[in-house]
Amino acid sequence: MTPDPAPRRRPWRRRATPYLFLTPFFALFAIFWVYPIAYSFVLSFLNTRQRPWTLDWDFNWGRLIQDEYFWNALGNTMLILVVQVPIMLAFATLLAVAFSSDLLKFKGFFRFAFFAPLVLGAVPYSAVFRLIFNEQYGVLNYALTAIGLPSVSWLYESTPALVTIMIAMTWRWTGYNAVILLSGLQSIPATLYEAAKIDGATGVQRFFLITIPMLRPVLLFTFVLSTIGTLQLFTEPWLITTTGPGNATETLVTYLYQQGFRSFNFGYASAIAYSVAIIAAIFSILQIRLVGGREVER
Amino acid sequence: MRRDRLIRSIALHALMLPLALLFLAPIAWMLIAATLPNAEILAAPPTLLPGTHLAENWRDLNDDLNFVRVMANSIGISVIFTSVATLIAAMSGYAFAKFRFVGRGVLFTVVIAALTIPFEVRAIPQYLLVARDMGLANTWWAIILPWIAYPLGVFFMRQNMLSVPSDLLEAARIDGAGELRIFAQIVLPIMRPALAAVAIVLFLFQWNDYFWPLLILSQKDAYTIPVALGTLVGLTRVSWGGIMVGTAIATLPFLVLFLWLQRYFIAGITAGAVKD
Repeated sequence: MTPDPAPRRRPWRRRATPYLFLTPFFALFAIFWVYPIAYSFVLSFLNTRQRPWTLDWDFNWGRLIQDEYFWNALGNTMLILVVQVPIMLAFATLLAVAFSSDLLKFKGFFRFAFFAPLVLGAVPYSAVFRLIFNEQYGVLNYALTAIGLPSVSWLYESTPALVTIMIAMTWRWTGYNAVILLSGLQSIPATLYEAAKIDGATGVQRFFLITIPMLRPVLLFTFVLSTIGTLQLFTEPWLITTTGPGNATETLVTYLYQQGFRSFNFGYASAIAYSVAIIAAIFSILQIRLVGGREVER
Repeated sequence: MRRDRLIRSIALHALMLPLALLFLAPIAWMLIAATLPNAEILAAPPTLLPGTHLAENWRDLNDDLNFVRVMANSIGISVIFTSVATLIAAMSGYAFAKFRFVGRGVLFTVVIAALTIPFEVRAIPQYLLVARDMGLANTWWAIILPWIAYPLGVFFMRQNMLSVPSDLLEAARIDGAGELRIFAQIVLPIMRPALAAVAIVLFLFQWNDYFWPLLILSQKDAYTIPVALGTLVGLTRVSWGGIMVGTAIATLPFLVLFLWLQRYFIAGITAGAVKD
């Protein structure tokens, strides 16, 4: 009998290779992702107002349900989410369509104008917006009165303060979403538009019957991204309106910051953090069901 | 037909131009205000042309905060973070894309799931871990470590690594090249554009990050640029000219870079949207 040919099995070292390449990532991931996520969950069930910390199932979550400040922060965050995100994404879609049109010239200039905000950090642009929206000295109120409109107390009245935050976010994120939507537009086959044109579809019809349906998965992606981003809203209300007036622009994360790092109530802050994650998960699933339903069925 | 197109084109520009100027206005005002004395920034009517107060504004800023030190922190942290995190992401992306192994599906699902978890969930244990257990508060490592495993980078690198030809790797193996050498001398050079896109996204993220540095930095000398500027914005009597110099320093390099490397920025931004 002849001996078997060389074993087919790859040598041990070969099989270990992928794991070795993954080791740095997953070692750090275990320490700085898995452990904190798990421990945060535990913390939300601990009474951290006393030493030593003790298990108390109801201490933080029970308080959360009854905390009117939490509900106010949740309400503000939801209001911004429901109003700002759809407006911004509609605007971003139109912008992407304009950019993909060959009717638009000077694309380099327009690209810079609309996409430049996306390199600005939250702190620098919040600082600029706080200066611009200042009631007495801001250039915006000066411009408004110069064209005969009344000046607005942007930062010191509840509704204008919320509107200020929404305008700032729209300025910062519209270009970002337009870039993503534009990449989606470019993957729609041109033949679809040509066929529609031959059938006599108008521009508006083509937009609603081809562009929007074909853009659905990318729109869904921007929706989920914006939702998660808005639920984490912190810097803008923290720096532009300092969560005021009163707590009219308090958001979930500014409230988390107050509880966790001003009052050092780690257990309660963890419960707030988990509620942010839960709401983010619910919204993501809901949007995938609502907007992406057809994709799933197929 | 052609005239119709011309009219529509003009209408489109008539709509886009004012909007574009409106979008540019905050950046323009930031740059102009950086050169004006406070009195002129806050005057009615405000001066809308660049002034000559830039040096004084810089001095205000540096007096308030030791801004040179702050800039050194931001640059050092961002450079170290970007190099290490990009390398780690490339290594994992390579493993996921070019090897078949037990647990690949599960591990990759874990990476994807991590993308959807808000940072806030990690914030408090992270703070206890880094500040209390590791004693790293107010150091560069406190800022760098928590984000260095960056799931979006892994995802993006994996998508791009799929295009590395397996034949090429196999040929190198037959020639007796070690796995590390193949990665360093064949894979990384091919992946240069993807690495650039990830590096830009990571650098921008770290340069601009505010929430975590705000939690972990309490000493002025350890501040990064966003934390330093954030402390000034909240004060009542403040040199807005100084703040605007700081925001210009934080922003201007990237505006220039954006003009120059637009395609990498855009590749990085659309990273998550790339469908296979």
